[in-house]
Amino acid sequence: MSPHLRRTLVVVGHGMVGHRFVQAAIERGLTETHDVVVVGEEPRPAYDRVALTSFFEVGAEALSFLPTGEYDDPRVRLLLGTTVEEVDPAARTLRLSDGGELAYDELVLATGAAPFVPPVPGHDLPGCFVYRTIEDLEAIREAAAGARTGAVVGGGLLGLEAANALHGLGLETHVVEMAPRLMPVQVDDAGGATLARHVEALGLRLHTGVATKAVVERDGRAAGLDLGDASDGLSVGADVVVFSAGIRPRDALARAAGLDVAERGGVLVDEQCRTSDPHVWAVGECAVPGGRMYGLVAPGYAMAEVVVDALLGGAGAFTGADMSTKLKLMGVDVASFGDAFATTDGALELVLADAVAGVYKKLVVSEDGRRLLGGILVGDASAYGVLRPMVSSGIELPDNPEELILPASRGGGAEVALPDEAQVCSCNDVSKADIVAAAACDGTTRAGATCGSCKPLVKRVIEEYYASQGRTVDRSLCEHFAMTRQELFDAVAVHGHTSFDEVVAAHGTGRGCDVCKPTVASVLASQLGRHVLGGGRAVLQDTNDAYLANIQRNGTYSVVPRVPGGEITPDGLIVIGEVARDFGLYTKITGGQRIDLFGARLEQLPDIWRRLVDAGFESGHAYGKSLRTVKSCVGSTWCRYGVQDSVRMAIDLELRYRGLRSPHKLKGGVSGCARECAEARAKDFGIIATEKGWNLYVGGNGGATPAHARLLAGDLDDETLVRYLDRFLLYYIRTADRLQRTAPWIDSLDGGLDRVREVVVDDALGLGSELEAAMARHVTGYRDEWRDTLEDPDKLARFVSFVNAPDVPDPHIGFRAERGQQVPAEPDGPVVLGSAIPVGVPR
Amino acid sequence: MNGAVDGAVSAPASAADVAAYTPVCALDRLPREAGVCALVDGHAVAVFRTHDDEVFALGNYDPFSRASVLARGIVGTRGDVPFVASPMHKQGFDLRTGQCLDDAAVRVPTYDVAVRDGTVLVGPARESPGEGP
Ligand SMILES: Cc1cc2nc3c(=O)[nH]c(=O)nc-3n(C[C@H](O)[C@H](O)[C@H](O)COP(=O)(O)OP(=O)(O)OC[C@H]3O[C@@H](n4cnc5c(N)ncnc54)[C@H](O)[C@@H]3O)c2cc1C
Ligand code: SF4
Ligand code: FES
Repeated sequence: MSPHLRRTLVVVGHGMVGHRFVQAAIERGLTETHDVVVVGEEPRPAYDRVALTSFFEVGAEALSFLPTGEYDDPRVRLLLGTTVEEVDPAARTLRLSDGGELAYDELVLATGAAPFVPPVPGHDLPGCFVYRTIEDLEAIREAAAGARTGAVVGGGLLGLEAANALHGLGLETHVVEMAPRLMPVQVDDAGGATLARHVEALGLRLHTGVATKAVVERDGRAAGLDLGDASDGLSVGADVVVFSAGIRPRDALARAAGLDVAERGGVLVDEQCRTSDPHVWAVGECAVPGGRMYGLVAPGYAMAEVVVDALLGGAGAFTGADMSTKLKLMGVDVASFGDAFATTDGALELVLADAVAGVYKKLVVSEDGRRLLGGILVGDASAYGVLRPMVSSGIELPDNPEELILPASRGGGAEVALPDEAQVCSCNDVSKADIVAAAACDGTTRAGATCGSCKPLVKRVIEEYYASQGRTVDRSLCEHFAMTRQELFDAVAVHGHTSFDEVVAAHGTGRGCDVCKPTVASVLASQLGRHVLGGGRAVLQDTNDAYLANIQRNGTYSVVPRVPGGEITPDGLIVIGEVARDFGLYTKITGGQRIDLFGARLEQLPDIWRRLVDAGFESGHAYGKSLRTVKSCVGSTWCRYGVQDSVRMAIDLELRYRGLRSPHKLKGGVSGCARECAEARAKDFGIIATEKGWNLYVGGNGGATPAHARLLAGDLDDETLVRYLDRFLLYYIRTADRLQRTAPWIDSLDGGLDRVREVVVDDALGLGSELEAAMARHVTGYRDEWRDTLEDPDKLARFVSFVNAPDVPDPHIGFRAERGQQVPAEPDGPVVLGSAIPVGVPR
Repeated sequence: MNGAVDGAVSAPASAADVAAYTPVCALDRLPREAGVCALVDGHAVAVFRTHDDEVFALGNYDPFSRASVLARGIVGTRGDVPFVASPMHKQGFDLRTGQCLDDAAVRVPTYDVAVRDGTVLVGPARESPGEGP
């Protein structure tokens, strides 16, 4: 379509749903015909509001959906920090807070909702807050710094989350809820009582069935809440007050523009999310399809997809959404799904209450007992993943449905086969069939990417599928060891084995193979910290590890000296250049900021190493399943944007972790500021400088299955950064499967990244000091493998072409020239020395 | 085609035959469950020693990768079969017969081998590889 026919689509609001709308518009090709302008009032691009509370732990950057500040598609323009003040649907124009005007062809309102603040006296005093944006949380944090007590008005889902946060900020925290129980929308009285016990045990003070009359003032600031008639003087002290008494759709623009709005607020839309003006659409929390407000993100996402579809001429419709909720507050599970209050005619309730264990579970089943209609789970919501899809798919209940909620120790834990159409991920509307289809071609879906509550079920679906395909989920290493790498690791540690013979005699069968031997070698290396070629261990190694170099297609090797952090002196470069020239090696710069020298024959390796070692180089471990490089940008030393010395940090880390043997290769990166020139988030561990220190990201992988590293912890000082990294790396090394890189390893853990954070940051397993000590042993025990080999005649003896003719080059190795360097020329078959002249002349 | 270390010979070769073999190295140079490459009449031959001290010899050339590398593979067992895994792409070869364990159509040459007085000797390539002991 020619440019003058392009149409303009304006999105008001860059929140969660506005962002999803733009993503879908790009993915589905709407930007081929439309220029998209997004106007957002908040100062930053969209972020994960559902995870807002984690701001206190990980900072704002980690929550961002668009860390670069722009979409990849140049036809999308973002105007942030700008409010739309008025819409004129007749002229199809908008007025902006900066005085500008915009014309649109289509308008999408995604203005979200605003917290409702009851108009009690004093509600606007300094010290009163709401809990909706990053700015709100920044302000709360600042106020909490000088405060002792806090109160949250509202004991619903969000109120409890806010209360938990205040508690975490060190405030003695009260929760005031007008209804007789907590989370009145989601749980019944009995569930609320169980929840209350948990919440109180964690140190929150609850006041249910109590209305807030006023905010008490002292010195012009909030000082507490007045909870009763002035006569009985019931009140609680609170220096920080957070209102969380529900939300109201932000429909002011639509209202002023004369669009239809619902009586109780919200822009009225039809099934295609179109407002009463055919060119204006509304999605997310500001929209009320059929008059109904959905205070959750998943329905908003669905609406966004529907509007993109409609604009593309499709007929998708929004016909309601699953209002299930699951949350975890300070370790207390709460879930509510389907018809939780048994409002369906004839519905029966099946209740399991265990006051001692603090568990309350209720299933709501149909009159005939065949269908699950809904339920409430408090204290243990592990069954949620299975139960919720049973509601949406209407599958038949087993004969003893109580087994679904009984603890396994009492005959519970029944497994139910889900039908294909069962929705497994409600946030992203992904069905079991979608997941299986993706698994069948080794792809992935969006399932699990939003709230994460469906992850265990997603994993189960995938494993069941693999099992059904005969792709066994048998995690045996190989025919010789019926155990996983982790089990092997533990066994070796427990028994203190030092050789393959001991390991195979105690735990395996046969004499091993190319799978288990390198694995055992890696495990032994991790635990013994000795030379990989010592003690007969050379025979366990893949050829790369056995010869401390990387084998190439013609049987020669490539040699990579370590260049820590990618920093190298001119003299160092000259030495590498001279070695390459003198041995006729092909040279190439690697992605890890060092230089790879190709074409070394086995018998040349020691001579090449000697030259390099004499010049101060050491092995770069390019061959091992071990730390490769820590890539860095130039950082604050040179770069005008840099806020920390990324090169020094990269060098320190590379020298600390060099030689560390791991289940797969490991790479790191350090960037000197948020511009991320070192591409650190593509690495197993990536470090990005902040004004205050370093953000640590983990689980980035390049290669065939790329993954972006995710934030583990933010704003760390040097020492904490190193401590967390020590723990992270060793936790990975000890528990990952063979050849499992960090990204899939994290996904395989129950709890994923959260689990890693528990172990590494919170030290939930109490392993921290042990892991640090093990790393300290590694650091002190490190020796350059090349130098060690050069110093040991026994090890050197293996580096010959022929055991009986050590100086005769193998005639199979030939070269030809390409672009001024030598490259392999393979023979067509076995070459007999003397009878054929090898191609090229090896030097 | 294979010889046990001094004495327990499982494929006896006559003294006269063995006298014509090429001595390649002391047995000490050949660690258990490893290989070395030897030059025998211009041919690159991979000589292996198993866990129980049997010695085998195969052509060093890996027909899959077309490189002379088999001596650098990992030695172990698949079931009861002593084998070497090519260091390139991991195809397994039966040390006794040269038969590829992952592709019935591929077989590498085998050589007679013996151990005498602590020395490993390699004889001629066997005519029809695979007729084991
Ligand atoms: C602490 C917290 C926890 C939550 N937990 C969950 C949960 O576990 N599960 C769940 O499903 N949901 C949860 N939610 C709700 C979820 O965040 C919302 O459903 C979701 O953010 C709605 O997306 P939206 O785009 O409609 O609104 P928003 O994300 O609020 O985005 C609206 C954006 O529009 C902007 N805007 C408004 N008016 C204008 C204007 N005139 N001009 C320009 N910009 C404008 C706003 O500033 C805002 O940035 C939670 C919410 C909070 C606050
Ligand atoms: S990441 Fe920042 S400090 Fe590093 S080079 Fe880029 S802009 Fe400079
Ligand atoms: S249900 Fe929330 S991410 Fe799947």
